[in-house]
Amino acid sequence: MSGATAASQEKGRGGLASWLTTTDHKRIGLLYFYTAFFFLLVGGFEALLIRAQLAQPDGRIVSAETYNQLFTMHGTTMVFLALMPLTASFFNYMVPLQIGARDVAFPRLNAFSYWVFLLGALFMNASWFAGPLLHVGRLSVAPDAGWFGYANLTSRQYSPGPNVDFWVLGLLILGVSSLAAGFNFIVTILNLRAPGMRMMRLPVFTWMTLVTMFLIITAFPVITVALVLLLFDRTFGTHFYLTSAGGDPLLWQHLFWIFGHPEVYILVLPAMGIVSEVLPTFARKPLFGYTVVVYSGVLIGFMGWGVWSHHMFSVGLGPIADSVFAATTMLIAVPTGVKIFNWLATLWGGQLRFTTAMLFALGFIGMFTIGGLSGVTHASPPADLQQTDTYYVVAHFHYVLFGGTVFGLFAGMYYWWPKITGRLLSESIGKWQFALMFVGMNLTFFPMHFIGLLGMPRRIYTYGPELGVSSLNLVSTIGAFLTGLGILLFVWNVWRTRTRGAVAGNDPWGGATLEWTIPSPPPVHNFDVIPTVASRIPRWTKTQLAAIPEGAELSPPEIHVPGGSAWPLVTALGVPVLALAPLGHALWLALLGAAIILLGIFRWAFEPFEV
Amino acid sequence: MTHAAAHRTSMGLDSRKMGVWAFIGSECLLFGSLISTYLVYKGKSVVGPTPHEILNIPFTSVSTFDLLMSSLMMVLALAAVQRGDRKWTKIWLFSTALLGIFFLAGQVYEFTSFVHEGLKLGTNLFGATFFVLTGTHGAHVTVGVIWLLTLWVRALQGKLSAAHAVTVEICGLYWHFVDVIWIVIFTVVYLLQ
Amino acid sequence: MPSHSRWLNPLLLCAAAAACGGPFPQSTFRPASDFAGAIDHLFTGIFWWAVLVFVVVEGLLLYVIVRYRQREGAPTPKPVHGHTVLEIAWTLAPALILVFIAVPTMRAIFSTQADPPAGALRVEVVGHQWWWEYRYPALGVVTANELHLPAGRPVTLELSSADVIHSFWAPRLGGKRDVIPGHVTRIVLRADSAGTFLGQCAEFCGASHANMRLRVMVESDSVFGAWVRGQLAATAPVARGSAAAQGQQAFMRYGCVGCHTMGAMSNAKLGPVLTHLGSRTTIAGGLFPNDSAHLARWIGDPPGEKPGSIMPNMHVPASDLATLIAYLQSMR
Repeated sequence: MSGATAASQEKGRGGLASWLTTTDHKRIGLLYFYTAFFFLLVGGFEALLIRAQLAQPDGRIVSAETYNQLFTMHGTTMVFLALMPLTASFFNYMVPLQIGARDVAFPRLNAFSYWVFLLGALFMNASWFAGPLLHVGRLSVAPDAGWFGYANLTSRQYSPGPNVDFWVLGLLILGVSSLAAGFNFIVTILNLRAPGMRMMRLPVFTWMTLVTMFLIITAFPVITVALVLLLFDRTFGTHFYLTSAGGDPLLWQHLFWIFGHPEVYILVLPAMGIVSEVLPTFARKPLFGYTVVVYSGVLIGFMGWGVWSHHMFSVGLGPIADSVFAATTMLIAVPTGVKIFNWLATLWGGQLRFTTAMLFALGFIGMFTIGGLSGVTHASPPADLQQTDTYYVVAHFHYVLFGGTVFGLFAGMYYWWPKITGRLLSESIGKWQFALMFVGMNLTFFPMHFIGLLGMPRRIYTYGPELGVSSLNLVSTIGAFLTGLGILLFVWNVWRTRTRGAVAGNDPWGGATLEWTIPSPPPVHNFDVIPTVASRIPRWTKTQLAAIPEGAELSPPEIHVPGGSAWPLVTALGVPVLALAPLGHALWLALLGAAIILLGIFRWAFEPFEV
Repeated sequence: MTHAAAHRTSMGLDSRKMGVWAFIGSECLLFGSLISTYLVYKGKSVVGPTPHEILNIPFTSVSTFDLLMSSLMMVLALAAVQRGDRKWTKIWLFSTALLGIFFLAGQVYEFTSFVHEGLKLGTNLFGATFFVLTGTHGAHVTVGVIWLLTLWVRALQGKLSAAHAVTVEICGLYWHFVDVIWIVIFTVVYLLQ
Repeated sequence: MPSHSRWLNPLLLCAAAAACGGPFPQSTFRPASDFAGAIDHLFTGIFWWAVLVFVVVEGLLLYVIVRYRQREGAPTPKPVHGHTVLEIAWTLAPALILVFIAVPTMRAIFSTQADPPAGALRVEVVGHQWWWEYRYPALGVVTANELHLPAGRPVTLELSSADVIHSFWAPRLGGKRDVIPGHVTRIVLRADSAGTFLGQCAEFCGASHANMRLRVMVESDSVFGAWVRGQLAATAPVARGSAAAQGQQAFMRYGCVGCHTMGAMSNAKLGPVLTHLGSRTTIAGGLFPNDSAHLARWIGDPPGEKPGSIMPNMHVPASDLATLIAYLQSMR
């Protein structure tokens, strides 16, 4: 379909076909959101099974094999199928609105990113049920070597089943999606800004998205190479990670963590961006030290590349390497601390409104600080030797990724839900949700500090009562179920808000940024008139400075918005077909997949498509 | 194709061109990881053949020259399309693609002769790192050749005017990048044994 | 970060129980070697710095939440955009604290990774899926799962792997060190005094990673010497016609000799050495106590008792099982 005017686009939006061919960044954002939230529930369910097993010593709820699949898939799901795509849903929906654009730079590439993500997620999770198809004598062949997949446990010799193949191929597929999104949003943010939207006027969420995108396009090639080498080891008899022919399993660890540490910031920076939007709005004060907050985010992105070996202190890289990586790791605490102080200064002297979004943002500061401080304790290599691979580390990164990223994401959900749907989520249910999740996560993860230091390693499906950590584990499990209840409250809140939520209007919160100038939900073309921006906080200065011409030259009929296209979906379908080839040892699948991709790209390139 | 070039952009750079630049930046990390792997495992093979037993430097030097020349053809093709010279656009685009095909043919010949001499993917670390690195590059050349031939067919159909110069330019960016990467690979793998 | 009282509680408990094996046998708060002590000392210092920052940041957060909550009729906040001196201050303050953490960290890095003193006892530790092999090259002793060390003497553990990556960790004796195929890694320590210290593999190594336990028996010089002599001595020959003798036949008949070293009878290396099994306190990778009931369960169905176990179920009937156990227990 070719480009259409905004007026004709508003009609006939509905039906499955329109969703399958959509190139509207807002619809793609919603697709990302619902898909990722579904996988958040899946990953959460896996977590609850894990916690149920560990509620008491010598647990017998799941077998060792199932447990190993559960913790592998919990980690993989939460990182790649829940948190990353949830941040993606926000930058898809909000970045064009925040920079005053009608869509992203490459709308069809954006659709392609989503479809590849969906297919990769389904591919990865198909392993739960794919045993019979592959004539393996059991139902589940889910990945079972950990989300970090350390060589040489992942070799064909020690992991003969298709489990690890699903993991390798699934991650390769998901990498394609992330990379495509990375290129798209870098160009969007750099090139599609409204007049006057200089780089140092960008909302901090958009800034952090930009840093995240640069991390994605630089980190994902590294894990792609790591995974391809592993695929070759498992499929074509090479010995990249095998000592038998001179290879070294540590190569995997280096490549994985060179990717893996930037990945941590890929997960955290967008949440920091959301918090930097929510705090000023509900404090009624502009962000304190905008420039410093932005530069510290950029600095964290850069420094994130120089710390990977702190995941490998127990490897024994020698005192020099240990000292260097300890120093770089400690240094990264400085820009992180600077951000926290700037947030506190933003709140200082404000008029704080404790909406649910604000509560989650405040929770982020409190919990992320705890995760950051425990992080400093294992930036010290000797101390880390007692902490790494224990529940202490599990506690640490859940304070960062749950207390940090997940809280930040919920702040964003409550903040932007009215913009996206036109209706406000219930604040009273929201506050119950926050209370449950706040208490729940602290009950779950705080005892894990002790569980770890009292000697319980990670990734064990059972432990003996003699360790003395049984009651702490029980508390942790109770906390996990409370947290799960909190998440279910959110699902209920979303459900009831569809019909019973209060109508939001353009700007229910008094926000400062451009997205609040347009109707909720936004029209397909976002802005009737592309605004001219004169400040970092255009909505707040507008009344004083009248910088934005409003209502002038209003001409929706002439606005061209991208039409739909089926070719991103077709192209995306070729990717998992290609990935099935090594799994089924079938060359024809590879050829078929390549043919579908080629066909899709050609039709895509030559279809008339207005941008 | 699209009218993106006609749109105002914040950086004054065509969005597709910027996208390809971002892509190239990302590709640097991909090849960087592969080249690092090659270097880390250099001399670590437990059994032969070793690089100096098997690499044919004169032959690959010709291939390298061929690829360098294709970059020159690419420059000429872009110049032709920019000045609206349809005839020479066709000639130079085809020449670029043809030299790319020659390079690929050389790589097929090289791989085949290595296999005959006993160096396969699974033979030793040299075989594994060599084939994966140069094979990844070859796959990039293949994509470039398909891209160039597509542009050539568009030119034959008379659908490649000066207004479409940017589509030739971004293909050229990619092609030059693939060429530059080959210079690095040639130096690291063939010259610095 | 942990609040003060909750943190100290387990510490006090541990101190009270330090004399006996007591609760928390894998607690890092109960260091029992120079290595573990150095780490504990370092961690305590870092911990209190972290507590300080925690109190300051969370205190400020709570203060602004209470102090600046929205009030009726309050004036619009002043739009402050930043403050250069403040920015410099809260950049330098954490950097300064990090110096106080970094300096002792560097010291500990070099001291805990220093070369062992001359005359240190060298033990080769080999990780297997899912058990530990210990070799004492100077003493000629090879054993499994239970590491015997002399108290008060420097020891070097040289770690290597027979299959995948493991990690050797006995928390009270010090930090973990990964056991990596193709590499030899090292732990140097000096255990303070006699005692039994529990540990387990700390790097995920497959199906039974959770079941890869270990024990370190730190003994006085005389007890350690007696243990070494016992390990070097030939096991008493089995009496003809006894249950143990029948068990010896079963040991050969069911193919046990194919994988396990057993005195002069077998030199196989796939499974743990069983020559002096009767002298050990645990079986199956430190998982079960070494008694008749557990031996029967273990030999009766290894993969059932320890998922993924490479030792297969040999379907030994109860009668043979009893003699086999009698034989194994006689191998002291």
